[in-house]
Amino acid sequence: MLEIKNLQVSYGCIAALHDVSLKVEQGRIVTLIGSNGAGKSTTLRAISGLVRPTAGAIFYNGQSIGGRPAHQLVKLGLAHVPEGRMIFANLTVHENLMMGAYLQRDKAVIQRELDFVFTTFPRLKERDKQVAGTLSGGEQQMLAIGRALMSQPRFLMMDEPSLGIAPLLVKTIFEKVVEINRERGITILLVEQNANLALEISHRGYVLETGHIILEGDSASLRKNTDIERAYLGR
Amino acid sequence: MAEFLQQLINGLALGAIYALIALGYTMVYGVLRFINFAHGDVFMLGAFAGYYLAPLVNRCLPAQSYLGGAIVLVLAMLICAVLGMLIEFLAYRPLRNRPKLTVLITAIGVSLFIEYSCQHEAIFGAAPRKFPDLIPTTAWHFWGLVLSSNQVIVLATTLLLLGGLSYIVKRTRIGTAMRAVAFNEQAAALMGVNINSIISFTFALGSALAAAGGILFAMNYASIEPLMGVQTGLKAFIAAVFGGIGNLPGAALGGGILGVIETYAGGIPGLSNYRDGIAFAILILVLLFRPAGLLGKQQTEKV
Repeated sequence: MLEIKNLQVSYGCIAALHDVSLKVEQGRIVTLIGSNGAGKSTTLRAISGLVRPTAGAIFYNGQSIGGRPAHQLVKLGLAHVPEGRMIFANLTVHENLMMGAYLQRDKAVIQRELDFVFTTFPRLKERDKQVAGTLSGGEQQMLAIGRALMSQPRFLMMDEPSLGIAPLLVKTIFEKVVEINRERGITILLVEQNANLALEISHRGYVLETGHIILEGDSASLRKNTDIERAYLGR
Repeated sequence: MAEFLQQLINGLALGAIYALIALGYTMVYGVLRFINFAHGDVFMLGAFAGYYLAPLVNRCLPAQSYLGGAIVLVLAMLICAVLGMLIEFLAYRPLRNRPKLTVLITAIGVSLFIEYSCQHEAIFGAAPRKFPDLIPTTAWHFWGLVLSSNQVIVLATTLLLLGGLSYIVKRTRIGTAMRAVAFNEQAAALMGVNINSIISFTFALGSALAAAGGILFAMNYASIEPLMGVQTGLKAFIAAVFGGIGNLPGAALGGGILGVIETYAGGIPGLSNYRDGIAFAILILVLLFRPAGLLGKQQTEKV
């Protein structure tokens, strides 16, 4: 579904990604793990069009999308829950969700998606009229995911959904990620610092270090890998 | 007491015009975080659009009719909406990823360009002109007060436009997108929002309001000239800062208050020449205690 070949991204003259190649098969959950500053978020930002790659290619369903602006990619079924959630704190929960469905003009379809988001995250329904900035961290994360789902994505990228969230909610959110993948058939590329959890729910993983992919494999085998254990799993 | 109320009416009629212009400054600041110094000149262009449109409209409609006046107003708003989008497209869009200071200096350049090219004989010429009477003018006298029909029109039109703007910004899809872009441009792009079209729309909206302000101003003060936007524009900008830049109700409130203060200051015997000075001194005092403006939120820098 998604294939990246030799991706390179620089901010000014500082290279953030040197040479990243990865592949995400349809229907899978693939995770990208690595420490702070390894280039995980930059990879996602390059895919969703928030930053322009300096070299390399990105293919989405066989179509080259590298360097296309973010707003054009939403139509193709790409959604990105960005780092730090980036919910619209000045809008209500409802308005945030409507922004997710910005390109959808059919009211019936919007209502259907809204119902689906509310079944997945009942908490959002209770908070529908509330200004989003007043939500707790966990609720904001649910909103960010719900908002992304409103665009009916086929490929969903999530950046650190566990960051700054109560441990109990982290578990719920990861369960929802699996549910979204299984029941909706949405392919997921997940960036996580919590490598343990990410490898537990994903099919395949890539390990990113200072802008290079240093390891890849199916998640089960990565979990047993002693190098990863030492570096990222803290065992 | 009658004097007090009379000045209040006069002040509100002036403040309404400041409010209409201030909204454009504040909206553009909201989405682009820079001050469009050419905005006062769009106000001037609105007045001139009305000046040239009035005789054309009067060919089909009797002069000084309410319908004719409304048509002139709407057409001038449309023309300025297009001009505003054009200014953004030609002058500001190429600088989108440059430092804000670059754009700010460009805005000053655009402003000077419009002001001085319009003074050329081939365009408007520098001499002041008499603005035609768009609508029949009368005045009502009651309780010792004078209320002119122009003042009523100014206040009614302003309220109508503010209501319309509030509806667009709060209730429509594009208005929600405007607020989303103002809050976080990148997140809005991830929703499929084309940032450039939202910015264009914002300029169109702000410029249309400025054009309405220009016509209402010209109706009340009768004389128009290419530099009329300089001082009025500056005052409206100050009104926007006073209300809290980026905040729409703040801009409307700031405009109203500035108009009223200025009019009261002008009414003090012996001090009428100092009315701008007095008005601005009061604003400076208020900003000393509320640096973010009346309705602005105190922003703490996020790290």
